[in-house]
Amino acid sequence: MASGLINPNPIIYKKKDRRPRTLSSDENDVEPIDLQEIFDILFSNSIDPEHPKSLEELGVVTEEGIEVDDQKSYVRVTFKPTMEHCSMATLIGLCIRVKLMRSLPSRYKVDIRVAPGSHATEAAVNKQLNDKERVSVVLENPTLVDIIDECLTPSYD
Amino acid sequence: MELKEIQTLEGHTDRVWSLDWNPATGHSGIPLLFASCSGDKTVRVWEQNTLSSNLFTCKAVLDETHTRTVRSCAWSPSGKLLATASFDATTAIWENVGGDFECVSTLEGHENEVKCVCWNASGNLLATCSRDKSVWIWEVEQGNEVECVSVLQGHTQDVKMVKWHPTMDVLFSCSYDNTVKVWADEGESDDWQCVQTLGEPNNGHTSTVWAISFNASGDKMVTCSDDLTLKVWETANIGIQSGGQFAPWRHLCTLTGYHDRTIFSVHWSREGILASGAADDAIRLFVDNNESEVGGPLFKLLSKKEKAHGMDINCVQWSPGEKPLLASASDDGTIKVWELTS
Repeated sequence: MASGLINPNPIIYKKKDRRPRTLSSDENDVEPIDLQEIFDILFSNSIDPEHPKSLEELGVVTEEGIEVDDQKSYVRVTFKPTMEHCSMATLIGLCIRVKLMRSLPSRYKVDIRVAPGSHATEAAVNKQLNDKERVSVVLENPTLVDIIDECLTPSYD
Repeated sequence: MELKEIQTLEGHTDRVWSLDWNPATGHSGIPLLFASCSGDKTVRVWEQNTLSSNLFTCKAVLDETHTRTVRSCAWSPSGKLLATASFDATTAIWENVGGDFECVSTLEGHENEVKCVCWNASGNLLATCSRDKSVWIWEVEQGNEVECVSVLQGHTQDVKMVKWHPTMDVLFSCSYDNTVKVWADEGESDDWQCVQTLGEPNNGHTSTVWAISFNASGDKMVTCSDDLTLKVWETANIGIQSGGQFAPWRHLCTLTGYHDRTIFSVHWSREGILASGAADDAIRLFVDNNESEVGGPLFKLLSKKEKAHGMDINCVQWSPGEKPLLASASDDGTIKVWELTS
């Protein structure tokens, strides 16, 4: 990814300090999935392949952009591509979807959306990211899966 | 009236995309049989044991032919041939030879993922559609020789489903471009043209149209969409067979406010019950609203089965036969068989 960075100088946002997750002492307790867990899932990666920074540091996903309802098994992530014409928007959205698919129980319904006004072809990107047949076609393509996996390599900073 | 589960069928190791009942079964003492296809690249054939339990067992697994997801499967009207469409860009035709399924033909031509395959009423024509935006019509000749007779361009995005009219050689296709297109062979033979487009300007859908189904007489059809509605369409003069004037379809009504997530499948039973399967894991049944006053809703919700599956429902299909069963296929990898009880 060294050649031809689309956005060579992104603004870097500060990571928020968060309380560490308190684990229940009783193993039989069913831990509902909460906002914090979604943060842990999404912010543990340097998701943008152009920049070894987390989605949070790049300002792509913020706390306000995540909505979770464990009772309804529902998560909605609204993300902001790093540039208005960012050609990576679909890829970033796919990475978010794949990361959540791999981390959440199968009962979960996930909607991924581009923040209103943040992307030139907002409606087209949203439709693509939420058409599961198109997503499944991508996930059968080894080259694209490699790219997504590369984006999802854990960051250790 | 409500749906009662009679069986959960396990065997597929990935999401089940579609299923099709064999139309030559379920009557004259022939046990019901259907095929299902999956992201696990296989097709499974399931048969009812009418001698004892009335439960279904897997009679055959069709593998090692498709190299990617099998998205759609369809029995020929005689029930002797099974066509399967795959993301590997091919469509295969299988023949049942003494209980074994042999791949007798492979249809190549689409540039990429084939999403649906469908036989016409007389079984001499096949239609396929693809992410490459095209719809192909194939002629099936003696000895299972298959030849492409027409490539139909017109959709601007991937085509999700093709469906032949139940009695006439008129083809319907629906797409990610939000429209339904009607194709007919109007003049000389194999001169297939788009004769009508049902889109937003004629009260059509505002997002991807996933499926189409006809009522028994063929004068009404229902479509389902990512816009969370079902739409019912009607036409006149269906009695006039080929050669007659094409009668355009018009919007009859929209069933809105019932679904919360994308509706992937809709199927109209011969008894007039509409079943829908959706990404909210529920199966809903609708019937004609006989008490409807003028201007009132034409269809009403008969019942809703919440959590019919643990994940999205991709396909619902009523069986042939006198007391039809409903089968549903899901992302959870299972197929469920339901009966309608009062």
